[in-house]
Amino acid sequence: MERPIRVLVAKPGLDGHDRGAKVIARALRDAGMEVIYTGIRQTPEQIVETAIQEDVDVVALSLLSGAHNTLFPKIVELLRQKGADDILVVGGGVIPPDDIPFLKSCGIAEIFTPGTPTSVAIEFIKQNVKRRN
Amino acid sequence: MDLERRIIAERDKRAVARLISMVENEDERAYEILRKLYKYSGNAYVIGITGPPGVGKSTITDKLVKLLRKHNKSVGILAIDPTSPFTGGAILGDRVRMQDLALDPGVFIRSMATRGYLGGLSKATKAAINILDIYGVDYIFVETVGVGQSEIDIVKTADTVVMVLVPGLGDDIQAIKAGIMEIGDVFVINKADKEDADKTISYIENVLDYNQEKDWRPPVKKAVAVNDVGTHEVLEAILNHENHLKKSGKFYLKRLSNAKIELLEITKQKIMDIINNSSHNKELLEELAIKVTMREIDPYSAASEILKSVKGGI
Repeated sequence: MERPIRVLVAKPGLDGHDRGAKVIARALRDAGMEVIYTGIRQTPEQIVETAIQEDVDVVALSLLSGAHNTLFPKIVELLRQKGADDILVVGGGVIPPDDIPFLKSCGIAEIFTPGTPTSVAIEFIKQNVKRRN
Repeated sequence: MDLERRIIAERDKRAVARLISMVENEDERAYEILRKLYKYSGNAYVIGITGPPGVGKSTITDKLVKLLRKHNKSVGILAIDPTSPFTGGAILGDRVRMQDLALDPGVFIRSMATRGYLGGLSKATKAAINILDIYGVDYIFVETVGVGQSEIDIVKTADTVVMVLVPGLGDDIQAIKAGIMEIGDVFVINKADKEDADKTISYIENVLDYNQEKDWRPPVKKAVAVNDVGTHEVLEAILNHENHLKKSGKFYLKRLSNAKIELLEITKQKIMDIINNSSHNKELLEELAIKVTMREIDPYSAASEILKSVKGGI
């Protein structure tokens, strides 16, 4: 049986703007994925614990507050500590192009900035998810 | 595969999560593990939270779990949401109402998609309950999808069924229809700060007056779960029901009847697997389907032929 890709769409940090996260959640759903949505203002610890209990293949982070350079790497690091570094982590939001190389060097697989078609994110996830059994 | 050891000896949540994924994906190795670990199950009490969409099932679950945590009880939560029949995708959003529980070491939450399964649960829900039971939680909450009038699988799965309703869902004729109104052991009228809460309660009480069962009258509790009003009374009602089942000997009878249903479900699935995994049987099915379509044979006799072939294969 073809199993669906499970994705946690999470919003770390303090901004309350979740329209983008919801659009992405909906687009991933329509692409046949199971999307766990947890709401706004999640701590890195909450996100990582949720990712583990939900046994997701992908964590998709959305952030518009500017704290991405702190929070995104923290989440990757916590996943690594829990032995869950086989989970693909991607990010999106208002992220200056200059910050992207740093985030990628920290283990964020890809950053999607405003204007990216959802199909691009979907295709990236499908191509890069590390299938586990 | 060291999942067994990690679940039993280390109580590793990641291993529990992985095993649940494996049963969701119908991975044979999961059943091998469950065969060995089943002896550790049977200790958790299973509470079903059901009701129409939007009545507050997740919010009530969140509050009830927090109360149980104050009594130092460990809790597992299985939250079911629907899979799109068109794309196979799903949005699993019950955790939005349970954010504070994410970091509680005594709580394990898993969202599950129905994956085409009707009845208000997913196909793997029963196995997931067994896994959480083996893992060793005291209580397991199973939150169904928002139900209509006939998604009542929860009654075959839970020890206590909590039916959550809100004011204004319909009149007394809705309430006497068969289906969801028959399965509640505890009724909750949530959002009871809205108009007509008392009217709704009296409709339900009227329906319950017709019930034949004399030794448990389902209590009807008012709540405003979002403000944590009335939830204490709901938990009390659930624990009373647990007590009632265990003292009256009905607990055993209920589990016996549920075990029978579970067994039949698994057997049915195994028969389907025999048909689907054998090219001979699949061909037979194709042939017979053509004959049925052409009216060369009736479907009842054709089914008997398939069954004969399945028997030959066992």
